[in-house]
Amino acid sequence: MENDSLLKIAGECLNACSGCEIALLNIGETLLDLLPKLDFVHFPILMDHKYYGQLGEKSAIDIPHAAAGIVSGGIRNEDHLAIATEMRKKCDVLISLGTCATHGGIPAMANAFTTEDLLDQYYTTKSTKPGATIPFNGVPKLLDRCYALDEHIKVDIYLPGCPPHPDQIGGAIFALLRGDKLKLPFRSVCDTCPTIRKGKGNIKQIKRFITTPQFDPQKPIDEMECLLEQGYLCSGPVTKAGCSDGCSGGYSSSYSDEYAKNNGGIPRCLGARVPCRGCYGPVKQDGNQLLDMLNALASNGIDINTLPDRDSLLRFSGAHNRLICKKESNK
Amino acid sequence: MGNTIHIQPLSRIEGHASIKIELDDQGNVDKTITHFSSIRGFEKYVQGKPAEEVTRIVTRICGICPWHHHLASTKAVDGCFNAKVAPAGHMLRECMQNMAHIHDKILHFYFLAGPDFIMGPDSDYSVRNVIGIAKAAPDLAKRVIKMRQLGQMMMEKFAGKVIHPVAAVPGGFSKSMSESQRRSLLNDSRELLDFAKFTIAYAKENIFPRYPDEMTSLGTINTGFIGTVGNDGSLNFYDGDIRLMKPDGSFNDFNAFSYLDHIGEHVVDVSYGKFPYAKSWEEGFSMDLDTPKGIYRSNCLARINVCDGISTPIAQKELEVFRNNFGRPAQHTLLYHWARLIELVYACEKTKELLENNDITGGKHRLNVMPQAGRGVGHVEAPRGTLIHDYTTDDNGCIVTANMIVGTTHNLAPISMSVEQSARLLIKNGKIDEGILNRVEMAVRAYDP
Repeated sequence: MENDSLLKIAGECLNACSGCEIALLNIGETLLDLLPKLDFVHFPILMDHKYYGQLGEKSAIDIPHAAAGIVSGGIRNEDHLAIATEMRKKCDVLISLGTCATHGGIPAMANAFTTEDLLDQYYTTKSTKPGATIPFNGVPKLLDRCYALDEHIKVDIYLPGCPPHPDQIGGAIFALLRGDKLKLPFRSVCDTCPTIRKGKGNIKQIKRFITTPQFDPQKPIDEMECLLEQGYLCSGPVTKAGCSDGCSGGYSSSYSDEYAKNNGGIPRCLGARVPCRGCYGPVKQDGNQLLDMLNALASNGIDINTLPDRDSLLRFSGAHNRLICKKESNK
Repeated sequence: MGNTIHIQPLSRIEGHASIKIELDDQGNVDKTITHFSSIRGFEKYVQGKPAEEVTRIVTRICGICPWHHHLASTKAVDGCFNAKVAPAGHMLRECMQNMAHIHDKILHFYFLAGPDFIMGPDSDYSVRNVIGIAKAAPDLAKRVIKMRQLGQMMMEKFAGKVIHPVAAVPGGFSKSMSESQRRSLLNDSRELLDFAKFTIAYAKENIFPRYPDEMTSLGTINTGFIGTVGNDGSLNFYDGDIRLMKPDGSFNDFNAFSYLDHIGEHVVDVSYGKFPYAKSWEEGFSMDLDTPKGIYRSNCLARINVCDGISTPIAQKELEVFRNNFGRPAQHTLLYHWARLIELVYACEKTKELLENNDITGGKHRLNVMPQAGRGVGHVEAPRGTLIHDYTTDDNGCIVTANMIVGTTHNLAPISMSVEQSARLLIKNGKIDEGILNRVEMAVRAYDP
């Protein structure tokens, strides 16, 4: 087959952990149906295209043109910014893959601190040889904070999730191949959660997840009472749906088939009988998980002062100036 | 002044790194620099967080080995809270710990490093990848993709979330395993064990013999090794003492709680990643290729070198073959690939063994815990090496300080040295080509950073 007829794809992983790329591989066997239709032109975790030419001979970053660019991770340093800018320039459609790219993700927890404090901490831990100077030679300078992609470049498709469900990644690629519009969930995790909700509970305080919730391990999850109504903090109400199967606009990989056989459509963390912490980010792209959750708790008569740590409600969505530095490093 | 060659980004690895090779006027290697350019600062932003939440934050240090961070962290929080762990919960954790090694090793051998061997180090970069393998060997590729996915699915269908897991909790595990789940997972582990046996046989027959020069020369350096061993000195991924072996094969075992007496971290100006070294050897830190000081390696080759034996039968036989060929400790860097496949067999056998024990489904899976002030050091063997999480908590059980030494970090100095060794070995009189530069990267990929 002529390479020209294939969908050219470029991929990049910026300030992230590679979990999104593993989720992509978790599409499984159906990946083999997709692969012959795709031409990967740049994707460092899987292939060897180099920024400065294959012998390092070019003076500026050069990523080949692609119909679709898939970028995971936020922007934390000068290299990330240069690569993101080049990806935008060369890709017709740009997909921000995973919550680090869409909302900063866990690494944006750093935004509650100054970069100096962060570096000072890392280079003075108890195992570090004392007197270290902070590395500066040939390593990319850190920006003042961690940015979501769309704070620096235009994003066409948002695929949040930490990591995103493999079906959504497969579905996005499939939609591009067919020229279809991508259908993504627009409701909350609670809307996909089978646990029993009785309405307003009698809970006044939020419990930490240090005790075992009430449930019979031998019984299915739809016989377990909602963890929030049991008094455990659960970010389901303020988190975009998508982690459970059947939220992916019709695309179903071999991953989903296998998983659904055993689990039906259950939010992933709830499947472990553990409350949601919000990894898909806010229900609406520009929502605020902290404010929305405080509202939800207060309107149910729960004392929000019993929350052990409010910033934790923004642990996945601290970019876009949601999480800001409160402490100054005046020593 | 001669040329400088930039290899950027290093590819088919998990992290972010680049290499600079400076040539002298004759076009021979004057100096190499390996930059490890990523820093996120988890040590800072877990401060003040409830410790039981941190176990599901630090997973994002690595999306390929999140289970190992999750488990080391949970063990550290157990320590801070002085928590008792439910026996079934303990078994479930150990089972997940071993399972999580399986997909990782398949990923590295076939998807990341494999293209260099299967397609060849000099093949064009456009086919020197897993997509190239899928075209050149579709039946093999199909089986590999299916087996790697099975390694992930078996964890997900039980524990809810496989990438960035949440099911290990201080005091045990968040749910119990039913008898039908146990049987289903046991079947999966048997299928994976068959695949592991196929893989090591395939590699010993078709891969390693094709590259005799590379296997014994590329990236080879002389170092010590680190890994975890059980009470009987055998390989253990989940628990035991840490064994630090000198290049001459002599070793010293210590409890993870005293790691600060044995390991220090050196900071270099060209890398955000710190370079751990063996502080207890009292020889300082040097990456000189002829007389390195304080340098040891982690990950599979290290574990295979430090262990006295392996408790599962097939992996033990493979260890004996390996030792007969290469001695102890084996120093050739590309032997990491061989060692990785011995560990793949072990991980499958060990998972199967744990799932054959009915106790895994019985009794309590989780005990309640009480947040309190304390210190906990949790450690496991992550695929890339000995992983240490060290936390202190305040009276509310929130994190005061956190220190983490992650698997790949132990290997940053050795990787830098293997880059220098391979560049000096391969680049002569200014002659470079893609195959040569790719071989320098192969020396890095062996470590699976």
